[in-house]
Amino acid sequence: MKVTLQNLTKKFPNRNKKVKGDVIAVDDVSLEIPDGTLVGLLGPSGCGKSTTLNLLSGLLQPTEGKIFFGDDDVTRLPPEHRGVGLVFQNYALYPHRTVMGNICFPLENLKGEQKLTKQQMQEKALEVAKLVQIDGLMERKPNELSGGQQQRVAIARALVKMPRLLLLDEPLSNLDARLRLQTREEIRRIQRSTGITTIFVTHDQEEAMSISDLIIVMKDGAIHQVGKPQEIYDDPIDLFVATFLGTPPIHVFDANVKGEKLYIGGKAVLDVPGVADQDITAAIRPEGFELDENGAFEAELDRVEVMGRDVSVVCRHENCQADAIRAIIPSDAQVDTAKATVRFDLKPGKVYLFHKETGKRIRVEG
Amino acid sequence: MENQNRKGWLYLLPAALFLGVFLVYPLIDVLIYSFEENFNFASQEGTGVGLYNFSYVLHDPYFLQAVKNTFILVFITVPLSTGIALLISLGLSSIKKLRNAFQTIYFLPYVTNTLAVGLVFMILFKKTPYTDGFANQIINFFGGSSVDFIDGPYWAKMFVLCFYTVWVVMPFKVLILTSALASVNDTYYQAARVDGTSRSGIFFKVTLPMISPSLFYLVITGFIGAFKAYSDAVALFGTNLNVAEMNTIVGYVYDMLYGDSGGYPSYASAAAIILFTIVLTITCINLLVSKKHVHYS
Amino acid sequence: MDYEKIEKTAARKARIVKAFTYAALIFWAVLVLFPFYWMVLTSLKGYGEYNSEFVPKLFTANPTLQNYVQAFTDVPLGQYFLNTIIFTLVTTAIMLIVTVLAAFAFARLEFRGKNLAFTLFLSLMMIPSELVVITNYVTVTDWELRNTFAGLILPSVASVFYIYLLKENFAQVPNELYYAAKMDGTSDFMFLWKVLIPICRPTIVTIIILKVVECWNSFVWPRLVTDDERYFLVSGGIQSIRESGFGRENIPAMMAAVVAVSAPLIVLFLVFRNRIMEGVSRGGTKG
Repeated sequence: MKVTLQNLTKKFPNRNKKVKGDVIAVDDVSLEIPDGTLVGLLGPSGCGKSTTLNLLSGLLQPTEGKIFFGDDDVTRLPPEHRGVGLVFQNYALYPHRTVMGNICFPLENLKGEQKLTKQQMQEKALEVAKLVQIDGLMERKPNELSGGQQQRVAIARALVKMPRLLLLDEPLSNLDARLRLQTREEIRRIQRSTGITTIFVTHDQEEAMSISDLIIVMKDGAIHQVGKPQEIYDDPIDLFVATFLGTPPIHVFDANVKGEKLYIGGKAVLDVPGVADQDITAAIRPEGFELDENGAFEAELDRVEVMGRDVSVVCRHENCQADAIRAIIPSDAQVDTAKATVRFDLKPGKVYLFHKETGKRIRVEG
Repeated sequence: MENQNRKGWLYLLPAALFLGVFLVYPLIDVLIYSFEENFNFASQEGTGVGLYNFSYVLHDPYFLQAVKNTFILVFITVPLSTGIALLISLGLSSIKKLRNAFQTIYFLPYVTNTLAVGLVFMILFKKTPYTDGFANQIINFFGGSSVDFIDGPYWAKMFVLCFYTVWVVMPFKVLILTSALASVNDTYYQAARVDGTSRSGIFFKVTLPMISPSLFYLVITGFIGAFKAYSDAVALFGTNLNVAEMNTIVGYVYDMLYGDSGGYPSYASAAAIILFTIVLTITCINLLVSKKHVHYS
Repeated sequence: MDYEKIEKTAARKARIVKAFTYAALIFWAVLVLFPFYWMVLTSLKGYGEYNSEFVPKLFTANPTLQNYVQAFTDVPLGQYFLNTIIFTLVTTAIMLIVTVLAAFAFARLEFRGKNLAFTLFLSLMMIPSELVVITNYVTVTDWELRNTFAGLILPSVASVFYIYLLKENFAQVPNELYYAAKMDGTSDFMFLWKVLIPICRPTIVTIIILKVVECWNSFVWPRLVTDDERYFLVSGGIQSIRESGFGRENIPAMMAAVVAVSAPLIVLFLVFRNRIMEGVSRGGTKG
């Protein structure tokens, strides 16, 4: 099912009496999510992503704007009529019910013609339990399960009523690092096999990048960029998106452009055709550095960290907004650690220019 | 740490003294009293050991009346007050505006003097030659005829006693239940709503199991408290409860000990022990029932 | 599915439920407040005015304070107040000392027999006061303490529950603080006085308030050991006013006495609202 948001705005009354006006949690968001996609709603905490999710589930009502499921306007529809499955961050499994009881719970609420017998409910529950691979745990209570198992039960409970839309709120944040990797693959697999349009909220860009078909980057209630993971990484629309995605993070420099050349610390480091003379913010991905004894970019060498597959050269530059620059280079490259400085060439595709005040991307021609 | 041995006991000494003299010793003593026959208060001597005191008490019509009254009181007020408290707490937790004001008001009876406010209730319900009282005004308004709730028929007196008891025990129950409801994580309700659960479904399948430990605690303490009812009855009907047919078991114990028919600590002890056998039995039954229905997480 | 219809029914249902909730809550609030209103109202009505109203009025045109004057002159209400204040203050003070010392011993000191003592002690919580009141009455009579403050106060001092509450709180204070104080050469008693008590002040205040409420309203024990009016507390005083004061029929004057007796605790409650409610939910019961 296609999901469409039109000029969606959610304001909350301000609790801080000193500041006047409402808190705008979601600010005029318009968006179209194609049928059957797995969407990662990504942003720092407080950016409005959880509010957006709750607007979709119907637990919150928008102040302005509309929500469409397919062609149906569901803006004011109460949650129970929306047919959405919602997986909570803390899973919200009922502690007094078994796994079977929890998964059956949504089915018990069906009325009229849809009403199921106990037998039918248990069959359905077992079916989804098999899908998420917890069919061996049906008689356990939630507190007898590991975090990963609880997560699966929560997903099974959301899936059992065959929702039109599946929503997951920070699905991996309560899991340890190893389980997180495993579970995110699991979510991908389950979404693929059911084909249900799925939206999950996360603040972890790696999580969003790894499994999403589409990423929506939000900040301060507004959408900054929507796109496929690789697109957003390779072609960030503004400084926020550029800095929010990628580990290690992108390096940001105070720089200027003169005569279609990029100057960092007074040295021309890259040709930037088509860019007018101005002070600028330049950002370079860690993999955008290429070791070259005659390179134009010179930094103070600190140390070299070997990480197996590649090597990270830790160095310093006075124009960099962070204390240290981490350049990732292939492990076969040789760095002369006896020298006080190290020189790089910059890869044009990995260097982005942004407007100094607005942070908007300034595109380089060619 | 050697010197802490003496120091520890030294710190404990005052508490041990008070508890020993006024709690432990009396507990043993009351057992002895209850089995000592023909105990004379003046000479502090009895003639033998036996079950006569129990037999006397169990054949005393005043005691039987007190037992009947207490049981009626317990089995009406405990379910009623717990049920109303649950409804009120649910209402309270579903609103935001005025919530604090309501909570403050509802708690007021807890800090009032049972005797003092009981007097107000008596005046509201009493029928005198000068006035039928406020309660009767309301009854008349709805077309009923006046009843004397304080000196009138048994059911009327029992009604006021139950009404006042519920009024008095409500603050504690509302307080416990509202905090129990507040401690249920909101996401459970949200999850249930998204899954299309009706209001009653949410109540029976989510809320009730989640607060069942608090509810059970209230039922247990409610039973124990109601079995010990006394002050409420005195407040409404005066100290001569036997004449008013409104005595309670605890009231019987005190009357036996002191007052118009007093001076029989043996009978008082026997009655007290019978009371606590009843309370203990009921509590055990409660515990057994709860094993099936209470969910501790 | 007709979405518009579903939306409208849902919205209407929510409104109805809300209105119903408020109506029920207001109804109970009225039921709770009415007796208070009635006692204040009646206490302000003149004797003649009250008795001439066969249908009691819900307001009074000529409020008078005469009843309050009468309540403090015709019956020794002032004496009852003084007795209750003495009783409450002394009982609470002794209780506090006993409780703090015992809680400290259980929470911080290591001595032989501590675990056994604590287990025995916990089991005392189950002893109902109604069971021991008989012997205590005999004891106090034997010691010839009837109609004395000592007789009133001594059996009311020890409270197992408060000791338990404070012990739990003391035990939550990190051990490091105790060891640090030992390193600095602080004695156990100074540690209790200078560190534990200030840290656990909220719990101690809670205990004090609960005990004060309990003392102010205590009726059963005072009634047993006092039959001399000079030692009556307010509860017993109210009871004797009801049975013999003001010629029995002066209801407005009785209500003035009731207001005077109820007011101090209501004021205390309104001032310490949160602390009292928190304290009670942690373990107060009534009845």
